[in-house]
Parts: sequence; C-alpha cells; structure tokens
Amino acid sequence: MKISKIFKNALLVLTACVVLSACATKKEIATDIQGSMQGDVYTGTDTVEYLAEGVPDRVFFATNESILTTASRETLRAQAAWMRKNSSINVVLEGHADERGTREYNLALGERRANAAKDYLMTYGISSDRITVLSYGKERPVDSGSNPLSWSKNRRSVTVKAN
Amino acid sequence: MIKKIITLFLILIPINSYALIEVDITRGNLDPLPVAVSPLSIDEKSRKSFEKALKKKNIGEEISSIVENNLSTSGLFNPLSKEAFLQAPDIANLKPRFEDWNLIKAQALITGKVNYVDDKLRVEFRLWDVLAAKEMMALAFTTVPSNWRRVGHIISDKVYERLTGEKGYFDTRIIYVAEEGPKTQRIKKLAIMDQDGFNNKFLTLGNELVLTPRFNPTSQMVTYLSYFKNLPRVYLLDIETGTQEVVGDFPGMTFAPRFSPDGKKIIMSFAKDGKSDIYTMDLENRIVERITNHPSIDTSPSYSPDGKYITFNSDRSGYQQIYIMKSDGSDVKRISFGNGLYGTPVWSPRGDLIAFTKLHKGKFYIGVMRTDGKGERLLTENYYQEAPSWSPNGRVLIFYRETKTDDKGKGFTAKLWSIDLTGYNERRIKTLTDASDPSWSSLLSN
Repeated sequence: MKISKIFKNALLVLTACVVLSACATKKEIATDIQGSMQGDVYTGTDTVEYLAEGVPDRVFFATNESILTTASRETLRAQAAWMRKNSSINVVLEGHADERGTREYNLALGERRANAAKDYLMTYGISSDRITVLSYGKERPVDSGSNPLSWSKNRRSVTVKAN
Repeated sequence: MIKKIITLFLILIPINSYALIEVDITRGNLDPLPVAVSPLSIDEKSRKSFEKALKKKNIGEEISSIVENNLSTSGLFNPLSKEAFLQAPDIANLKPRFEDWNLIKAQALITGKVNYVDDKLRVEFRLWDVLAAKEMMALAFTTVPSNWRRVGHIISDKVYERLTGEKGYFDTRIIYVAEEGPKTQRIKKLAIMDQDGFNNKFLTLGNELVLTPRFNPTSQMVTYLSYFKNLPRVYLLDIETGTQEVVGDFPGMTFAPRFSPDGKKIIMSFAKDGKSDIYTMDLENRIVERITNHPSIDTSPSYSPDGKYITFNSDRSGYQQIYIMKSDGSDVKRISFGNGLYGTPVWSPRGDLIAFTKLHKGKFYIGVMRTDGKGERLLTENYYQEAPSWSPNGRVLIFYRETKTDDKGKGFTAKLWSIDLTGYNERRIKTLTDASDPSWSSLLSN
C-alpha cells in the first residue's frame, strides 16, 4: 500500500517534470498565454465582468465547439444561484464566435453556444421565461486582436441583465 | 427613386452573323484584345446642353471612359491610349480609316456619337473589326440624361456580348455592407453602388447592425439581416420606395436569406434551441415551409437557377460542409470532401458550379466545385476572405477580404474584391468606406 503510494507520487513528480520540460521548450509561446488558456479555451479573467460578487458574467468555448467546460459549468451554477436569489431579474445570453469562420455559420454557432448556457441554467432551476438568447456571431468581438488568445476571449456566451 | 428602366429604342442596324473577332472567356486571358475606344463625338450645341444639365464638360468623352474602364477591368480587353488615335471621333464614326487603326494595333474599334434631343440623351455606337475592315454591330438608343453612366455600361455590355458570345455584367449594381469604426463596435450600413463603384448610396443609417444583403434576381428588392431592436431578423427592402418589412413571424433569429431564382420566395435559416434549420417563405401568400429538420446547424442556403435544388452549409457530419438537396428538402447529399471546412455555398447562375469559402490550416480560400462536388478549384487564398457572389453571367465572383494593417494583428481593413472564374484578374473594387458582404444584381437592362 505504502509502496504503491510512493510509486504514485513518484509518477506524479515524473509527469510534472514532463509537463514542465514541455513548457520549457515552448517558452516563447507559453509566456504570452500562460495560465489563460486550457487547450484553446480561455481561462483568464481579462474581459470578465461580474453580475455580483463571485458571479462571473461569461463562459468561454473551444474553437467550433459549444460544449461547456468544468469551469463554465461552475460559472453558470453561480449565475443560476444568483438568479434564484434575485427572482425579478431576467437575462439575455449573448452568444459569440471568433472571426475565424464564415459569418452565417458563426451566427448559428453563437446561438448554439448561448443555448448551451441556457440549457445549463434551466437544469439549475431557472425558468426559460427569464432567459432570452441573442447571437452576435462574430460581429461583436471583445478583443480586436487576430491571434489565438484574442480569439479565445471572443468565443463566449455573456449573461447580461435584461432589466 | 431608382431607376426608370432605360427605354431602349433599338434601331438595330443589321448585324453580320458570321463571327469576326472572338474573345475566349473560358480560359485565363493573358493576351487581352487590343481595342480602341474612340470618344463619342458630340456637336457643340449638344455638348453645351449636357454641360448645363449634368455638369460634365464633355459627356461623349465621359461615356467613352466608362466603356474603356469596364472593358479594361474585365481583363479580356486592352483599351489603347487615346493619344495614339489618328482619326477624329466624328469622322471615325462615319467610316473608320482601318489602316490608321491597324497601325496602332487595334483589333476592335468602338465609335459613336451622342446628341441632346428633346431633353433626352440619344446615343449611337458602332463596333468595328479592324482587321476585317467590317462593322460588327451598330446600335442606338435614347434615355434621360441622368442615366449617362448607364449608357456607358450598356455599350460595354453590348460590346462584351458581341465579342465573347455571352451576356455582359456592366449595367449592374452591387449591394453591400459599408463598415466603419473599431472592430469591437463596428458600425454597419447597407449601401448600394454601380458595379464600377460609382453612384454610391447608403440605404440605412447605421443605428442597427445589418448583414448579408442579397438582391432579388427579378426586381429591385433586397433581403438582409437586421438587428433592429436587438432582434436579428430577415428583412425585405424595396430599394425604389425604401419600405421594409420583417419576413415571417419567427420566435427567434432568422438569418442567411436569399431569394429563389424566380424572386417569389425567400429561403433562410431559423435558429432555435441551438439548432438552425432552413425555411422558405412565399412572398405572395406568406406561407412558411420548413425544408430541413436536423439537430445540426443548417444555413447559407442557395437555390440552383432552375429552382429545383438547394445547396446549403451544414455541420451534421461534425464540421461545416457543403450539401445539396431537392428543393423540398429530400435527397440530402454531402458534396464537399476535401481537407478543411467549407461554407457559404452559392449556386452559379449558369447552373454548373457552386462557389464557396474554404477554411484550411488558418487560410481562407474562395473556390468553385461542380454540383456533384468534383472538380474543386481554389481561385484565391488569403488570411481572411469570404462570401462570394456571382456576376449575373457567372463569369466573375465578387467577395470581401479583411487585411491586417499591422503585424500584431491590430487594425484591419475590409474591402471588396473580384476575381474571374478562371482564377485570373483579381482586383479590388473601390468603395468609399470599408465594405463587406457584396451581392451582385442581375442586369438592369437586357
């Protein structure tokens, strides 16, 4: 038992080494986006606003995807709790895509992302009557840059108070 | 406001039926036909009347330079410098001295004259085959003087048609989205201009976001997407009267509109619950029909010119690809199988090709494929470009391209470009502002 635990720890250390060395070799790229992207999903806090303390207003997506990440689900649970507490507040979920796609497809993709967020809010008890979905496709980027980090900030669904 | 359909008083002086000069437009034309466009001759009285009416010193020269510019931008013709012309316009129009035109290597010659008659503009012009020393075509028509630019375009179309055997595309307009301001708060307005960039007009004020305007192939109607009151919906706009209305009564976003080839229906996407499907609405009886029903994104529909098929964009395979189906939604077939993603399919007015935008390894391409998906040809590659629209004769594609203005990716410009189906003759179309989402009209006159 004990030996296996040691072995496990050793393995962890080993993995960490591998990861670190991988980081070291890609240092130039890593310094730019370090800590703010996982895969190509934005995980930083730049551009994020707060609906209330501890309630971030937006979730981020991978390229061409509308799947909610663990972090996104956590954000949406906080939003659902905040909406349950403030039962008079309605929201608009604004879905966005990055610029690396055709305009019409991105309109649909923005709608799909906002609906992914809407569905999750509904499973946490928020009535669909309180949620409006609005897709902007790639028309309203929050970051005007043309690089992977900017695009990751733009692939988002933002919860906006409607009243 | 727009546009008294030009009345063509055709005095068709007999056309020689045997082909003289011919221009092959099916291949990249690396050796454009040398053509001399002699200024339309004008008598002093007419010149003064036009100067008063139109504020143009010599309307004959103005019209000729429109013709020259059109022929030159087509890439098929090489208008020769007027300085080399030996014969005066009025005499050339009566009877060209072919040896003189031969000497400057002109193979075709356009002559003509313009008159001010009863407050109208009367023009006549002739096309001559210099080598054969023969008249190929002669035509005269009358219109209101304010149509003078269109006169130049109509002459260009007739010359193009006579020399290539196919309809021209010069007497046409482009509707597009005029853009300004920073990327994060871009202001977009509908705008319309002549195919050569003149007579630009803004049709909306920029108070709401507007996207993807498209012409009705049979009338002066336009369909587009507007975010009026923050409700993205497909609208119908009559550019003659300026009246507009929402298309259909959908409980959510409608987008990606286009007209059917007979102009009687609008086909578009409706997005609901994360799914986008394709619908049509009949503009006469307002009946809405659902065409696709799939949990994927189905968008960017475009009819075949006979109205029997629809090409569209779907990610039902996992990623954006191009499909075709019958116009009732049956027999759905995927036709794009190359590497990368495919979007914005548009059926050629000739029926044989589908133009598209392709994304592959961080680059955007405008390309064409046959309607069975075979014979893919990429015409142009760039950092970012999309949304091809066909010229009415199916020989030229117009699209828009964004270019970064510094290497950090900050700042950008959006411009309209055109390219021949052959992949040659790529050129920028001048616009007053940044521009995107161009749509080419049908020929205004025939």
